[in-house]
Amino acid sequence: MKLSILVNEGPYQHQSADSAIQFTKAALAKGHEIFRVFFYHDGVNNGTRFAVPPQDDRNITEEWTKLAKENDLDLVICIAAAQRRGILDENEAKRQGKDGDNIAEGFRISGLGQLIEAGIQSDRLVIFGD
Amino acid sequence: MSEPWEDDELDGPVRKFMYVNRRAPYGTIYALESLEVVLIAAAFEQDVSLVFMDDGVYQIKKGQNTEAIGVKNFSPTYRALEGYDVEKLYVEKESLESRGLTADDLVVPVQVVDRNQLAELMEEQEVILSF
Repeated sequence: MKLSILVNEGPYQHQSADSAIQFTKAALAKGHEIFRVFFYHDGVNNGTRFAVPPQDDRNITEEWTKLAKENDLDLVICIAAAQRRGILDENEAKRQGKDGDNIAEGFRISGLGQLIEAGIQSDRLVIFGD
Repeated sequence: MSEPWEDDELDGPVRKFMYVNRRAPYGTIYALESLEVVLIAAAFEQDVSLVFMDDGVYQIKKGQNTEAIGVKNFSPTYRALEGYDVEKLYVEKESLESRGLTADDLVVPVQVVDRNQLAELMEEQEVILSF
């Protein structure tokens, strides 16, 4: 089955972020295709490489980056939600006149249209949120 | 006024999208960011319906004044939905009644449906986004 994932909550704050990554791993292991993972609301905070969780804890962002690399996943952060919350890639930092970017490897920033397209193109859109 | 990230392709079939608004308009950002999704989604010419239920019915209540909380009152934007061809607005009857509201208290014309009718509408959808 072709699946897309929507992550609506931030890492560590909410179980949704963990559940989304666990579900994605399980779906891939069962041979399903992941068309896209889209991050919205505080979910965009999953994509900052500046988070430093304690060493004896999981690192959710690094897990996404690793999973994306191994499975060629498309991890998309909503630009409107990201702008509010200070998640920037190089282009956005330049465009907004900010002095640095913080997006993690394997993620990209794009528009909400990417979420709608995922809804159109996928057999199921699976949502992780509050 | 096209931005680079708006160059999304419009191919693919028309699907039935339903946006379910369950939360109060202020206090959390879900209602505002849900509305942003709906406005963008309108460009994709899908079969869109909106539902307001639970405290979500307050999102479209008339006479909102947010001055004291310092947050933008975005309720007038719901009146623009018609211009985006988003015309199927459903409000759950039980949610209205338990809050002492009627359709006359709302900023947009809606179809009031009961819980069972809403369940049937949800059954017909292909993509349901709940905020």
